[in-house]
This record gives sequence, C-alpha cells and structure tokens, in this order.
Amino acid sequence: MAMKFSKKNFTDRTKDNISDDFMRQAVASAQERLHGRRLDAAEELGSWEEWRSHGEEIRQHVLENLDYYLHQLSENVSQRGGHVFFAMTAEEASEYIRDVIKKKEGKKVVKSKSMVTEEINLNNVLEEAGCEVIETDLGEYILQVDDHDPPSHIVAPALHKNREQIREVFAEKLDYHNTSKPEELALHAREKLRQEFLDADIGITGCNFAIAETGSISLVTNEGNARLVSALPKTQITVMGMERVVPSFEEFEVLVSLLTRSAVGQKLTSYVTALTGPRDEGDVDGPEEFHLVIVDNGRSEILGTEFQSVLQCIRCAACVNVCPVYRHIGGHSYGSIYSGPIGAVLSPLLGGYDDFKELPFASTLCGACTDACPVKIPLHELLHSHRRIMVEEEGRSPISERLAMKAFGIGASSNPLYSMGSKVASTAMKPLTKNDRISKGPGPLKDWTDLREFPAVGNTRFRDWFYDQKGGK
Amino acid sequence: MKVSLFITCLVDMFYAEAGKDMVEVLERQGCELSFPKGQVCCGQPAYNSGYVENSKSAMKNMIKAFENAEYVVTPSGSCATMFKLYPDVFKDDPNWLPRAQELADKTYEFTQFLVNVLQVENVGAKLMGKATYHPSCHMTRLLGASEEPRKLLNQVEGLEMIPLPNAHNCCGFGGTFSVKMGDISEQMVDEKVNSAMATEADYLIGADCGCLMNIGGRAERVGKPIRVMHIAQVLNSHE
Repeated sequence: MAMKFSKKNFTDRTKDNISDDFMRQAVASAQERLHGRRLDAAEELGSWEEWRSHGEEIRQHVLENLDYYLHQLSENVSQRGGHVFFAMTAEEASEYIRDVIKKKEGKKVVKSKSMVTEEINLNNVLEEAGCEVIETDLGEYILQVDDHDPPSHIVAPALHKNREQIREVFAEKLDYHNTSKPEELALHAREKLRQEFLDADIGITGCNFAIAETGSISLVTNEGNARLVSALPKTQITVMGMERVVPSFEEFEVLVSLLTRSAVGQKLTSYVTALTGPRDEGDVDGPEEFHLVIVDNGRSEILGTEFQSVLQCIRCAACVNVCPVYRHIGGHSYGSIYSGPIGAVLSPLLGGYDDFKELPFASTLCGACTDACPVKIPLHELLHSHRRIMVEEEGRSPISERLAMKAFGIGASSNPLYSMGSKVASTAMKPLTKNDRISKGPGPLKDWTDLREFPAVGNTRFRDWFYDQKGGK
Repeated sequence: MKVSLFITCLVDMFYAEAGKDMVEVLERQGCELSFPKGQVCCGQPAYNSGYVENSKSAMKNMIKAFENAEYVVTPSGSCATMFKLYPDVFKDDPNWLPRAQELADKTYEFTQFLVNVLQVENVGAKLMGKATYHPSCHMTRLLGASEEPRKLLNQVEGLEMIPLPNAHNCCGFGGTFSVKMGDISEQMVDEKVNSAMATEADYLIGADCGCLMNIGGRAERVGKPIRVMHIAQVLNSHE
C-alpha cells in the first residue's frame, strides 16, 4: 500500500465514513478508553510536563545533529556485521529490499508492524516479485486478510473494525467457526501464523528507535510477534524513517516511557526489544544476515523548514486519539496511511498538496493534538502553516474566497467601513429574520443555515448602546 | 481600575446583551470602562484561514485602537488568544513587534480578569437551575483559562453545575471550518448538543460567542430545548 490509497476525493471519502455507524462507534469508544488511560499513566509517572520537555529536547537535538547520529548508527551497525542502505526514495527502498530477498532466494516473508513499509509500498513490490508476504501484527493481519483494507490508525491499524466485523472476515477468509470473543479470534490468528513464522525465510520489521551509540534497533510491541519475526527467519530486514534515531539507551528510555504511556496508557508494553546486528557465534537464535534500510523519502527536505518539528514524532497516535475530527470521520477519510492530526501535517509534506490539500483545513485548530503530543510538536500551528502556504504562496484558494478575504482586510481595518458594512448587513438581513433568527440564509450564509439557525443582527449594536449610555467615552 | 472593552464582532452585532451584562458586572466591581471607537475585528477569520497578510491590517488597526488602554478585557477566549498571537505574527517587524507585545501583555479574557486581576470569584449572581459548562478550545488550551470560569460559576447562588460528558471535544465551530467542512462540523456539534442534553441541564454556558452561536444554532434547528448563555449573562443574573 502506498501512502495515498484512495482515488475518491476528500468530500466523498468523508461522507462515506460519516455514514459508517460501526466505525464511528468503534472510534469513539477507543478514543474515550485511551484518553482516560493516557491521562492516568501520565499522572502515575508524575512531572509529565517535564518529561514532555525532555522528550522534545531529545528529539530536537537529534534532528539538529541528524547527519552525525545517522553516520554513527550506520558505522556501528556495519561494525556488528549488519548492512546499511540509505534510500532517498520509496522506490529505492523497496527495490533494495526486493533485491536482497531475490539474492537470498526468499519466498516467504513475515512482517511485524511498520508504517514506513506501508509508505514505501513494500508489500506490493514484493508480491509483484513473487514473494508471499504475511503481516503478523494482529491488526495488520486482519486488514491483510480482509483484501488489503488500508490502516485507519497508526498504532491500531484495524481500529475501524469491531469484533463482529472481524469475526465475519475470519469466517469468510480463514474458515473460522468460533465466536467474536477477542481471545478466540486472537487464538485463531495465532495458530494460523505460527506455521508461517516457522516457514518464513525473510523477516521484515519496522523500528521504533535506532540507537546510534550501539548500532541497535528497537521494537515496542504487545504481541511478541516482532520477536518471532526477528528471531526465526535467516535474514532480517529492518526499515526505519531516517529521523527515528536516538543517541544512546539513556535517551531511548525517556522516549519509550513517553511512547507507551501516550500510545496505550501503559507503563511499558509487554515486549520492548533491542537488537544489535545479526546473530553472533554461539547465539541460539537471530538472523544470519541483517539489513537496515534508512528511508528518506522526502524527510530531508522537511529539515530546516518551519515544519521540522513534525520529524520529532514518535508515532504514538496520542494526537489521533484526542482529535474531535478524526473521531467522526475515522482514518480512511484522510486518504493517507498517516491519518489524524499528525497525518494531516505529514501527508502533504511527503505526498504533496495535490493529493492532500484538504487535510490541513479539516481541523478546527482546537489544539487538542498539540496538548496531547508527548514531544510537544505544535501540530495545530503546523496545520495553520500549511493553510498559509497554500493560500499565500501557492494561490490554491478559490477566487471568491480570496476576494472576500481581501475585502475583509480592508473592512476590518477601518471603523467607518465596518460601521457602514454592519449597518447594511443589519438592514439586508431584516427581511430574512423571523423570531430573532435566520433559518434560510442567502449566499455564504447558506452553508451555515443549512445546518443551524443564525442569530438576527440586534436592533442596536453594542457600540451604539455604549455611546448612547456612556456618552462615547 | 481603567478597563478598555474589546467587544468582538460577534458581541457587537449579534450578542450585545452579553456585552451589556459584562459592562454591568465590571462596573459593579468598580471598573471604569471605555470603548475605544477604532476597534473592529481582531483578524482571526482571515488569519486562521491562512490569509496572514490580509489579516495584518486588521491587527494593526486593533493595536492602534488600544494603544492607550491600561487593561484590555474581552468576552471571548478565542479573540483574546488572537491578541496573544500578535507578537508572533509581527515577530519580524521591528516597528510593530513591541506594540503588538504591549497589547498582548495587557489583554485579558473576561473571567481571567475577574479572577486573576480583580481577585473576585463571587460576583453576587443568582440563577436558579442546572447548568453545564462547555470549555472552549482556544480559551482553555491556548489561553490557559480553564479554572477561572468554573470558579465563578461555582459561586452563583442557586446554580447547580453538572459536568459535560466529553467536554474537552471541540464543538465543531472553528470559524470558517463550520461552513467549509459542514459535513464534519455537523457531526461534531450534534455530539456536543447531545452531550449537553444528556446532562439534563437547563443552561449550556460558554465564554465564547462563536461556539455558542454554533451550539445554540444547532440546538434550535434540531429542536433541543437547552438555553445557551454567555457566562457574562449568568454572572449578571439576579433572579
């Protein structure tokens, strides 16, 4: 799956999703559950704001010195016998991986959860090359079995499905006959996947953080599947976005503490794994060959711009879990594998405004995302920056809106003009007003009155009353 | 104490009653009020839509209008937040930056001014019934005024405050968002109206007329009988 997965336009996608009651129910209850858990976990840790500042500082430091840490990382991975490949583009990354697999004559690939492999369209490239690719994260597995349904959430990719829907998918595709109990569904997937792990010759993982000082990669999961992916197949390929590096285990600990609490409200997930290079002599498991693919795909162009802070992201989805827009439209409306506030900032940067121009406007700039972010990315400010660039630098707004805003600039900077305008408006609206409200507005007001009553303009403006009563002080 | 009123476009044109109530509450606290005539709009509608350059003339007009003010007080958390952003807008303009900063520093949202500057929580108001409070996003998160309105409302005689479920979720106003993204806004405001109805409160109270216009306008349209009130109206009630 590439980053963009839908040919429909934003309005149609949104309409489709708003009418999906199951999805909306699933998202709302997940948001409410995770919201409470995240706050509890932060409170339990204590000094949350200091932790956030520390996290922000670490991420900013890494981005300011990214060349240094990537060099150190790659030196240390190589020293431990691993191979490092820097991919400038999505194609370079997936083609390198395909070629490694070809060379190893790999047929079966097991994967643990990774958003960046979605971004680089890896599964399609490998399947076209004749590989069988199996997702082993339960959420990703459900989506893959359901005819490659796209992920709707960066941490819980199948969040839009309820358990009954999952039971139906399993019944149809996996010959499943049990109930919709999560334990039974998970057990079935586990049984199916166990043999795949044993048969696979290639394991592909994502990477939560790479540790520059030791050349290690880390995987944070609750299911343990990533451990099997990295322990059983003879060849392991790990894919990471180029910004996902930390200086040492000391900083890693801070970021993991922020990540697990922000993502799922847990002190720690069930498995936090750090792996360094291929298996050493005497090791009983681990891959014989290890490749680290570091993906740029547009990230280096974000460095040094007003959007640099978006690269601080540790993919916890706390912003998604508090977003009141995501709550109603779900992840698929965004048309990008990166959804929610982080997706609305990141997708236009990586994929361009042509495909993702609506996303920065699909926000009330309420700031819930910025408040929730554990590494203090000013997400709502970045959404505003996108708006400004599209309007002022790219001229993408409709001409009627541009004229209106120009008129606003003139009218709102002159009291005489405003006074005249507001009096004209008041007179013009009189015939439309009934019982102190307007139910059917003309022109631009129509979009408002299609949904809501509009208040009547008062008989006396506040300023006139004030001058009258207080003598225009 | 000399206070200059920044009344906001919405209150000036549509909710003058809320403005008058704010005047009476402040006067009762001994404030000497003035209304700088040059004021128009803070520029937020254009600014938030991405038209930063077009919004600057409105901002400069406001900076000039309030140049001589000691305190600037406004019945809107969102418009107060816009004033607080002026220094950022003019950060590269050495002529306007100090003037923008001065305005930002002396601006207070109405409840912040009462609680933090005048140090008053009980304004002697009385309103019988049950009420729930919608914390507006800009006021709560960006301006940081979350406790002030609650402190004031808790002191209103006869008023029983009931927590609003999922209060932290935006009502779906968002300025031009409410019309540009009507489909989404409708879902958000419907949930807000339904949450308010679930409290069985008589009043939904807020401190931003944009949100109240949205929630109240939708509640009226779908026939939900909850009365929407600006907090100034509540604090000036004596029945």
